[in-house]
Amino acid sequence: MEKGKKPVSKDIKHEYPIRGMDFVAAGEASSNIKHTLQLIGFAPAIIRRAAIAAYESEMNIVIHATEGTLKTTISPERIEIIAADTGPGIPDIELAMREGYSTAPDHIREMGFGAGMGLPNIKNVSDEFTLDSTFGKGTTLKVVIYNQ
Amino acid sequence: MNLRELCKLLEAKMHCCEELLEKEITYVCAGDLMSDILMFSEPNALLVTGLVNIQVIRTAEMLDISAVLFIRGKTPTDEMLELAKTKGIPLLTTDHTFYLSCGLLYEAGLKNAPMKTDKNELKY
Repeated sequence: MEKGKKPVSKDIKHEYPIRGMDFVAAGEASSNIKHTLQLIGFAPAIIRRAAIAAYESEMNIVIHATEGTLKTTISPERIEIIAADTGPGIPDIELAMREGYSTAPDHIREMGFGAGMGLPNIKNVSDEFTLDSTFGKGTTLKVVIYNQ
Repeated sequence: MNLRELCKLLEAKMHCCEELLEKEITYVCAGDLMSDILMFSEPNALLVTGLVNIQVIRTAEMLDISAVLFIRGKTPTDEMLELAKTKGIPLLTTDHTFYLSCGLLYEAGLKNAPMKTDKNELKY
């Protein structure tokens, strides 16, 4: 490589803004992510896992946060999804990871969400799962799915 | 069982994607909470639900669901139909109750859609 030139990354990077409480647009970012993965040609089982992780993360931002982003970095070896939001944060991560535990209000449950399965389900479909949250500030969730 | 046979069994009406009437269904998952549904991992399943909103179609899209059946005479909105047509997901409606719909499908030999356990095994 020539001196001073940076290596060119072949990773495909996208960023999708997500608005809190926008239930009409909710899912569009995940749909786009799924479409991109299909165009690249990942196996359907890998795409389904990434789509579930993206969609559950997107819904978490819509339900709990004021705003956030979904960022994807896609390479032939791995799919990375980072969901970052400014919102209430998670006071007790261990409790939030428990199946069936949810802080979503009734009107969210009436819309079919808040079963308390979102975070455990994301963990289930991912190979790497890192959840960081600051109470009162926001949450960042990083998920990696290997193409294997 | 294909969608044509399924419509006959449940006296169901198909609201879009009629070109997919011959599509085979092997598994069924049922529920009103989409996060519960998102635990199912087998593609080509029928989703039976009493929930009527756009997120049902989004959930079906993410899971590669073959068709969605709305129970107890609930009908999808125009917005849902539009999205379902775009994604190629047939939407069906029946007047039967949730329990009877599932019962008839089970009796006809359709299998319970498997879920992935935390040990990454499929639980049927």
